[in-house]
Amino acid sequence: MNGLIFLIPIALGLGLLGLAAFFWSLRRGQFDDLDGAALRIFVEEEEESGKP
Amino acid sequence: MSAAALIERDFAVPDIRCAGCIAKLEQGLVRDKRIAAARVNFTEKRVHLSYMPDTDMPDLIGAFSNLGFEAHPIGDGPGDADAEAETSRELLRAVAVSGFAMMNIMLLSVSVWSGAAGATRDLFHWLSAAIALPTVAYAGRPFFRSAWRALRHGGTNMDVPISIGVALVCAISLYETATSGPHAYFDGAAMLLFFLLCGRWLDSVMRDRARGGVTALLRNMGTGAMVVGDDGRTRWVDATALEPAMTMLVAAGERLAADGVVVGGESQIDLSLLTGESAPQRVHPDDRVHAGTLNLDAPIRVRVTAAGADTAIADIARLMGEAAQGKSRYVRIADRAARLYAPAVHCLALMAFAGWMIAGAGWHHSLLIAAAVLIITCPCALGLAVPAAQIVAAGELMRAGVLIKDGSALERLAEVDRTFVDKTGTLTLGRPEAIDLDRLDNGVKPLALALAQASRHPLSEALTRGLQALDVRPAEVTSIRETPGFGVEARCAGVVVTLGRPQRADLGDALATELTVDGRPVATIRFADRLRPDAAEAIHALRGESIDAMILSGDRADAVAPVARKLGLTAQTGMSPQQKLEAIERQSALGRKVLMIGDGLNDGPALAAGHASMAPGSASDVGKNAADCIFLGDRMMPVVQTVRMARRTQAIVRQNFILAIGYNIVAVPLAFLGFVTPLVAAIAMSGSSLIVVGNALRLKRAIR
Repeated sequence: MNGLIFLIPIALGLGLLGLAAFFWSLRRGQFDDLDGAALRIFVEEEEESGKP
Repeated sequence: MSAAALIERDFAVPDIRCAGCIAKLEQGLVRDKRIAAARVNFTEKRVHLSYMPDTDMPDLIGAFSNLGFEAHPIGDGPGDADAEAETSRELLRAVAVSGFAMMNIMLLSVSVWSGAAGATRDLFHWLSAAIALPTVAYAGRPFFRSAWRALRHGGTNMDVPISIGVALVCAISLYETATSGPHAYFDGAAMLLFFLLCGRWLDSVMRDRARGGVTALLRNMGTGAMVVGDDGRTRWVDATALEPAMTMLVAAGERLAADGVVVGGESQIDLSLLTGESAPQRVHPDDRVHAGTLNLDAPIRVRVTAAGADTAIADIARLMGEAAQGKSRYVRIADRAARLYAPAVHCLALMAFAGWMIAGAGWHHSLLIAAAVLIITCPCALGLAVPAAQIVAAGELMRAGVLIKDGSALERLAEVDRTFVDKTGTLTLGRPEAIDLDRLDNGVKPLALALAQASRHPLSEALTRGLQALDVRPAEVTSIRETPGFGVEARCAGVVVTLGRPQRADLGDALATELTVDGRPVATIRFADRLRPDAAEAIHALRGESIDAMILSGDRADAVAPVARKLGLTAQTGMSPQQKLEAIERQSALGRKVLMIGDGLNDGPALAAGHASMAPGSASDVGKNAADCIFLGDRMMPVVQTVRMARRTQAIVRQNFILAIGYNIVAVPLAFLGFVTPLVAAIAMSGSSLIVVGNALRLKRAIR
C-alpha cells in the first residue's frame, strides 16, 4: 500500500515528462516538415564547417 | 550588417521533389552574399529566406532561377501570420493533453475495476478528478466554444450533446467521488474528448495540407512589375504597391500585374486566362490591357490605370461573392445527422431520468443512469465517422495528384449529376504546343532547337519542349542575338539563321514561327492549343458515372466547334462570366447538382456557384481559389477518379453511421436498464471508434 505513495507520482511524472517533451518539440517546429525530415538524412552538409 | 535588419519571407517553390533539391537550395542560395539563411519546408514546398533589406525581389527570384527553380513570394509582405495552421496546432496540443489524461486515468480506473475498495478507491477517484477536470477545461474548449456559438444563434450541432454530456458526467462523477460512491466516469469523459479531438484534428490537418498545396500553386500571388521612375531608372514594385499613373515595363513572357494603357511598343497579348479566348490579341499604343493577361511577343510599356482591387477583376470578384453565398448554405452531413441526433439523445437521457424517478429509484441513482445514457450515446464514433473516411480519401487523391480543399467538398462532389466544362485550358492544355514536328526535315530540327533554346518567348519554349521530346540534339551556333518582337538570329557554319515571326501573310492570326537559312524560309512551324491527352476518355467515363457534360466557353464558336465535335459534346460559346453563372443557376433551380470545371478568371463566378468545382493546376489564381479541388498535370482522368472516390467515401461514411447507430441500438437499452458501469462504457466507446476507423481505412488504395 505504501508503495503507491511513490509509484503514483512516478507514473504521473513520467507521463507529464512525455507531454512536456511533445509540447517542446511542437514549439520547436519539429512537426512542421515531416516529409522533409525523412529526406534530410540524404543531404550532405558540405559547407557546414565553413559557416559560423 | 546586424542580424536585426534582415527581412524574413516565404517563397513557394513547387518543384522541390527530392533530397537533392533540399541540398541544392539550402546550400546554393546562401552563396548569394545578400541571403543570410535559407530553410526548405519540403511538405509545403516552401523556402524560408532571411535576406538583406536592400535586396530586390527580381534578384531573389533570380537567385532561385540560377539554381534551376521557379519561385514565387508568398503573401503581401514579410512575416504573414498563418492563423489556420495555428488552429491545427492548438487542436494537436489538446489531443496530446487529453491523450495523456486518458491514459493516466485509465491506469487508475483499471485498479478500481480490479477490486480496489474503501480509502484506496476514494484516493484513486480523487486523483482521477484532479487530472480530468483541468483536462476537460483545457481540451474541451473547442467543443464548448462551438456549442455555445450554435446555441446563441438558436441552432444545435454535434457539439451541444458533447458539451452537455461531458459537463454533466464530470459533475456527477465529482459528486460520487465526494460521497465515496462506487462509480466515477472520469475516464469516460477524458476518453470521449480524446477520440473526438482526434476526429477534429484530422479534419483540420486535411484542410491545412490542401491549403499548403494550393498556396504553392498560386503563381500570380505576390507578383509585381518593373516600374520606370521619373529619372528613367527602373525598380521592382510589388503588385499591392502599384498605383495608377505608374509606368510598368512588361517583358515578353511576363504576366501583367495591373490594368493599364499601352504607351510604348507593340506586342501580342494572351487573354486565355481572362476571357477563355484562345487566339492572341495584337496590341498597339493606346490599347487597353488587363491584369492577369500574358505578354507574348515583345517588351511593352504600360501606364497603370487601375491596380489591386480596382482592376477589371474586381467585377468578377463581386459576381463571385454573390455566387459563393449559395454554397455556404450547404450543411455538412455530420451536422445534418446532429440535427436529428442531438434532440434524440437529450430526450432519451431525460426519459431515463424520469423513468427511474417514477420507478422510485431516488434522484441520485436516476441521475447516474441518465449520465450513463448520455455518455454511451455521445457521438464518439459519429465524430470520427466522417473525418476518418475523408482524410484517408483526401490522402489517396493527393497521391493521385488531386488537392481537395476540405471535407465538405468531398461530400458535395459525391452528389453531382451534371458537369459544365470550360474549353481553353480545361479541356485543352491551355498552352501552345508545336504541331506536326515529326514532319519537319531532320536537317533543320537541330537548328530550330538551338535557336529556340536561346529565347524565353512562350512559342520558343513550346518548340524546345516539343523537340526535346523527340530526342533532338541542338546544332552548334554562334553569336546568338534576340530581337524583341521579331525573333532569334545566329550564325551556323558561317550562314545566318533566324527563327522568328513568319513573313508570309497567308497565316493570318494563327500562331506560327518560321526558320530561315541565309534569308530563305526553310520551314514554318505552327502552334496550337491541344486537347488534354485523355479528355475523350474522361468525358466518356463521366458519362459512365451518369454525369452528362456540356461545354461552356468564352471562346468563339468556330474555335469551340472542333473540340465539341471530337468529344461528342454540346456547347455554348461566347459566354460572359455572368452568363456562365446564370447557366449554372438555371440548372440548380431544376434541382441538378452541377460540377463546374474551369480554369480562367472568367470561370471564377461559375466555379464559386457550382455545387462542386474543380480547376486544373495551370488555372488562374482566381480559378484555383474558387475551386473545391485542383487536379495537377496534363491528364483529365483525375476528375473522374475524384468523383468516384468521393462517392466511395460517402458510401463508407454512410456505413460508419450505420455502424455507430447499430452500436447505439445495442448499448442504449443496457444503459437504460442501468447495466452500464464505467468499464462497459470504456470498452464500448473505444471498440466502436476502432471499428469506424478500421472501416475508413478500407478506402486506402481505392485508386490503383
